Amino acid sequence: MTALLEVEDLRVAYGKIEAVKGISFTVEAGQVVTLIGTNGAGKTTTLRTLSGLLKPAGGRVLFEGKPLTGIPAHKIVSLGIAHSPEGRHIFPRLTIAENLLLGAYLRKDKAGIEKDVQRAYDLFPILGERRKQAAGTLSGGEQQMLAMGRALMSQPKLLMLDEPSMGLSPIMMQKIMETIVELKASGTTILLVEQNAQAALSLADQGHVMEVGKVVLSGTGADLLHDESVRKAYLGED
Amino acid sequence: MNELPQQLANGLILGAMYGLIAIGYTMVYGIIQLINFAHGEIFMIGGFGALTVYLGLPSGLSLLAAIPLMIAGGVICSVAVSVAAERFAYRPLRSAPRLAPLITAIGLSLALQQAIWMWYPDATKDRSFPQFKGEAIDIFGANIQRGDLFVLIAAPLCMLALGLFVSKTRAGRGMQATSQDPDTAKLMGINTDRIIVMAFAIGAAFAAVAAVAYGLKNGQIGFRMGFIMGLKAFTAAVLGGIGNIYGAMLGGVVLGVAEALATGYMSDVPGMELFGGGAWKDVWAFVLLILVLLIRPQGLLGERVADRA
Repeated sequence: MTALLEVEDLRVAYGKIEAVKGISFTVEAGQVVTLIGTNGAGKTTTLRTLSGLLKPAGGRVLFEGKPLTGIPAHKIVSLGIAHSPEGRHIFPRLTIAENLLLGAYLRKDKAGIEKDVQRAYDLFPILGERRKQAAGTLSGGEQQMLAMGRALMSQPKLLMLDEPSMGLSPIMMQKIMETIVELKASGTTILLVEQNAQAALSLADQGHVMEVGKVVLSGTGADLLHDESVRKAYLGED
Repeated sequence: MNELPQQLANGLILGAMYGLIAIGYTMVYGIIQLINFAHGEIFMIGGFGALTVYLGLPSGLSLLAAIPLMIAGGVICSVAVSVAAERFAYRPLRSAPRLAPLITAIGLSLALQQAIWMWYPDATKDRSFPQFKGEAIDIFGANIQRGDLFVLIAAPLCMLALGLFVSKTRAGRGMQATSQDPDTAKLMGINTDRIIVMAFAIGAAFAAVAAVAYGLKNGQIGFRMGFIMGLKAFTAAVLGGIGNIYGAMLGGVVLGVAEALATGYMSDVPGMELFGGGAWKDVWAFVLLILVLLIRPQGLLGERVADRA
């Protein structure tokens, strides 16, 4: 069986500086796979390359068995990859409803879009209450919900979440993590980038630890959670 | 005759033209942060496009019937040149430092002026543009020439259409998204290159409408007409808050009215007798610009919505 996403020896460079130095991993349909690691490990660069915002310097990316290389970002969405970027990047001067509709930009099924907008409001009731409000007026956690809701609007086969818990209060972080568990239970395939390794590993099927552009350790979420070096480096234990 | 309604009407007519041209500056700036200094020439080319169509029409046709065809001709020329400029001059410089496309724009502006001067028949001097005959019409105590009615009708219609397009259509939403966050817009599946072309095209079409208005008002057009009109329209865009389409129109009207009032009344202000009259009108426009930049640099409608991280 081919995996939904196969990354083989992917390399990405900013000018002469290689940020991702040949990483490989796969994501099977229905799985939650997480990339963890410190700042500058190359996690965000990896996601931005998968969604087409950056061009790889080498390696191969296969999505449903077909190569993604050379496909512009705005077409990758239509293949079924949605990317909720680091720092949320909601459209601040558009309303919440308009932000959600932009997530469905390439869809033509009006009824289906409306249903999915409603689903986003069910998932995050606060968004429904404020649907006519400019998205820039939301709190950080609410913006994160909007970014996730917007990404889901394209009905992705693969949802990529970059640092969804960044800068959030513990309560909000928990709410976001619970939502990821919910999405996983409903069969959504997720590639999750997180600095909060504890939270990410406890809900992931597979995890990969990245350090300065390389995957240094891979395993199931549970394995990594109990791995001594991971505990020391990322979970703050000595 | 009361003079104030007349001055206000003059200002409104001028301001509507500035506003139409200013849309092009503001839309392009809003999306790629480029001040397209060749936009004044796009306006000028619209005028020559319209004139060409007029000269090609059978002589029996009334001017009123010719107007739609002239607009179409002007719009086609302006849009074609503007889209070509985007594709071949600006797009290759998209990731270059800001100064490079700015200088390109200035160069393009000169090149377009010279091209018309050299290759358009008899364009080394002003060419006469058709005008509506007949008495001026009295509206609220102001005498309005028949040709000036054109811009007073066309500008609100254009703005209404643009407002609906931007707020109600999918492409309009895509345009707003692209101007707020181009990378994230791509992640939504928006072809941002196409949105940028669309911004150039809409701006060019509006400039062509303004050029027809300009020709009807002045009875002549010339290869240099884009320079001062372009500068004024740019001022209007900054005045209204660059990047904001409603600001561009408001800025145009405020600028036009301020210019008309300064021209009409400045000589009545004690100590300012020297500065009244038409010769100083351009000065007042730029004095206004300097004041806005000092007091409210984001412009009249420019605002900063809190973008919490």
